[in-house]
Amino acid sequence: MTDAPGRGRSRHRAATGGRGGTRHTPVNAPARPRPRRVATLHAGAWWLWALGLGTAATRTTNPLLLALLIATSAYVVAARRPDTPSARSYTAFVKLALAVIVIRLLFAVVLGSPVPGTHVVVTLPEVPLPDWAQGIRLGGRVTAEGLLVALYDGLRLATLLICVGAANALANPARLLKSLPGALYEMGVAVVVALTFAPNLIADVQRLRAARRLRGRPDKGVRGLLQVALPVLEGALERSVALAAAMDARGYGRSADVPAPVRRTTTALTLGGLLGVCAGTYGVLTAEGGTYGLPVLFAGLAAALAGLRLGGRRSLRTRYRPDRWDVRARLVAGSGVAVAALTVLASVRDPEALHPGVLPLVAPTLPLWPAAAVLLGLLPAFVAPDPALDPKEPSS
Amino acid sequence: MIRFENVSVTYDGAAEPTVQGVDFEVPEGELVLLVGPSGVGKSTVLGAVSGLVPHFTGGTLRGRVTVAGRDTRTHKPRELADLVGTVGQDPLSHFVTDTVEDELAYGMESLGLAPDVMRRRVEETLDLLGLADLRDRPIATLSGGQQQRVAIGSVLTPHPRVLVLDEPTSALDPAAAEEVLAVLQRLVHDLGTTVLMAEHRLERVVQYADQVALLASPGSAPVLGAPAEIMAVSPVYPPVVDLGRLAGWSPLPLTVRDARRRAGGLGDRLTGRDATRDTPALAPAALAPAPAGPAPSAWSRRLRGKAPAAPGPAHPAEVRALAVRRARVQALRHIDLAVAPGETVALMGRNGAGKSTLLSALVGLLEPSSGSVRVGGVVPHRTASPELVRRVGLVPQEPRDLLYSDTVAAECEAADRDAGAAPGSCRALVTELLPGVTDDTHPRDLSEGQRLALALAVVLTARPPLLLLDEPTRGLDYAAKVRLVAVLRGLAAEGHAIVLATHDVELAAELAHRVVLLADGEVIADGPTADVVVASPSFAPQVTKILAPRKWLTVAQVREALS
Repeated sequence: MTDAPGRGRSRHRAATGGRGGTRHTPVNAPARPRPRRVATLHAGAWWLWALGLGTAATRTTNPLLLALLIATSAYVVAARRPDTPSARSYTAFVKLALAVIVIRLLFAVVLGSPVPGTHVVVTLPEVPLPDWAQGIRLGGRVTAEGLLVALYDGLRLATLLICVGAANALANPARLLKSLPGALYEMGVAVVVALTFAPNLIADVQRLRAARRLRGRPDKGVRGLLQVALPVLEGALERSVALAAAMDARGYGRSADVPAPVRRTTTALTLGGLLGVCAGTYGVLTAEGGTYGLPVLFAGLAAALAGLRLGGRRSLRTRYRPDRWDVRARLVAGSGVAVAALTVLASVRDPEALHPGVLPLVAPTLPLWPAAAVLLGLLPAFVAPDPALDPKEPSS
Repeated sequence: MIRFENVSVTYDGAAEPTVQGVDFEVPEGELVLLVGPSGVGKSTVLGAVSGLVPHFTGGTLRGRVTVAGRDTRTHKPRELADLVGTVGQDPLSHFVTDTVEDELAYGMESLGLAPDVMRRRVEETLDLLGLADLRDRPIATLSGGQQQRVAIGSVLTPHPRVLVLDEPTSALDPAAAEEVLAVLQRLVHDLGTTVLMAEHRLERVVQYADQVALLASPGSAPVLGAPAEIMAVSPVYPPVVDLGRLAGWSPLPLTVRDARRRAGGLGDRLTGRDATRDTPALAPAALAPAPAGPAPSAWSRRLRGKAPAAPGPAHPAEVRALAVRRARVQALRHIDLAVAPGETVALMGRNGAGKSTLLSALVGLLEPSSGSVRVGGVVPHRTASPELVRRVGLVPQEPRDLLYSDTVAAECEAADRDAGAAPGSCRALVTELLPGVTDDTHPRDLSEGQRLALALAVVLTARPPLLLLDEPTRGLDYAAKVRLVAVLRGLAAEGHAIVLATHDVELAAELAHRVVLLADGEVIADGPTADVVVASPSFAPQVTKILAPRKWLTVAQVREALS
């Protein structure tokens, strides 16, 4: 393989007329050279940022803070969302979040709330339940306090969902998989292939149900779906086999020769490390393992990571235009981590402000410092590259 | 560059070798075309070059295949990946990633090329194939021709010295096919790439070949030779060769240009004779039994199965000002079309011009966003499907979609039940269309052409006055095409109206009374076949191009006029 680049270059010269090694000689199409691909910020940075905001959301039930978190993430999405199919899924996440709030409120209305409230909003007819169902209530009094607790709780979950949606919109999860270490690469490809297969499968089902109609059979109902299941699976299997052949022919799974001792060390490190992680986790979670839990966990993690790193030697692969972990990525990820850290700190220092009481019923107030911390999450809207201005970006 | 030494391949469970006595060499920098009827093992020979046969497919390979000195026996496909680029029949099953740029880089990543080399080659390949504007696009949103170019590009980036292609232009419209072939020619001329390619549509590719390898029948040894020599003896040949053989030209012309230069004498012999259509004249309502009333009443629905559906006085298909939107795309706009009984209409146009959408609207799979569709007097998308199958039948692009059962007999019984026809009617049709297929054959084991015939029989069981076919000749060899043409002509003579969407200009020339050209969801030409195709350079069949400006369409017409 060592001669490949050289051969490539000389062939290119032949192709483009032989003068020098000019790189961007347009040969066929007078295409405007677009130096950068859409949204070049490291995918991991976006996910860290979004998870940071999500973590902050789990630490509070203050609706004003939660609304601020939603607004922050929505603003960043609006400002920096690329025009890709996965970016369009943001609205789906928002709808899902709304559904969560509505369902949570419905439960509070129908099943009642454990919060003892005095402000009765409406009294539903209560369904008498037999003795064995004690503790469950259907209908009855609906109190403002109960509704408010449900709303806060639903809003928290909704915020978390919207944060995940934001990450999904800003960075395709498939791009995240590309940043996996070399040893895990093949697993990453399997996941990517599975992700692209799902839409194909849906298209197959639609096509075959249409074909049922062509044969004069009803195309609706469960039976119709069951009858197309077998052909759909057959088709999916055939496509997988064809894809596997294509991947093999394109060099998937080529591996370097690694000396046997290195291979054995890799196995030992990975297996030992994973065992250590299990034992350490057990230690941390049980009461008596307080002393050895953390050290064992960390030692296990370190061994497993070393194993992965060593395992990466077997892989010949290189990465095409990997996402770079540059200053912008660090700033974006850092802003998310800062939001999370400051909110956690605030929730320890001043739990009252982050969990407004409903007994007695008071209007929540916006705590100043945590709100300022949440606003740090707006940083990516200014430091991340704007996908709309992409062509004007410098090329590297 | 590629050397086959007395190769034979026997798949597991097969009594006879699929191919045997394969012994030829493809020299470096040549484009070699592998031709032959369906089922002679062309794909097997191609697979042996990349090592997928037998490493991936199983079976036994005797003899030796070497590519640039590397023996495929000792090298797995992945170890030949830097040397051989393979593109299969279906580009969609070839893609690993989801965007164009990543797909182009994938093969190089596997080979471990340096990042700067990868970057440079991706840019070069984007330019070479004219894909630069599509680099960020998700592959699923590309057209067929673009996908085929991406598939070729994705195997080009590792700079293989050998390119193996299985039917690269079969699914493409004439213009997109030219695009792909232009790229191949460029690779052979400029980069010295060796290309081995199998293709059924010889009229598109034979003029680009340096040599042709002919697999004349299953199990026979391939013969390698100059294209003109091989075409003189080949059982499969394009219309230009057919015409050359008819006129007794030697050496045989392979391109329209060569043939035109010699066609002077033939043209003189044809002067004064008229291009008579050998398709039967329109036989109005030959199929229609006694009309039982125009609209489907509750009675006729209850009586279904008693009599074939009555088309009534209405046209089999009538489309007025039809517009269809599909996922925010205006797929069709303002289409007017009426099809008379016994008439055959060919819908042509680019990939994505709206041909399939129009067919879907005619069978009620899509609801018009405005305008009206009437099929035998009813509105298709509002009609219950058991009722509708007796008015219109569609054979989809993938005939297998229509087949669910595991034997031909079970399939036929189900078809009789679905259509409410007398038991045995489907089987009778199958016997007529597919002589020699036994009851216990699995539909999957049939060849493309046989499967198409079975799907056609299933659809015809309900005796629909309107028959629609979507891309029926994809994957068919010339013999299967001739049989299909005969069957469809017979149906038209019985009074069936036929609408076929096709890229195959030769098929349209043979069959259609009328050609409707679509572009961007609009009808841009509608008229008798001879008038429409003669006026269009990309949709004209070869005979028309050779004998222009006279309006001859097929070799059969010329043969008849001369005899």
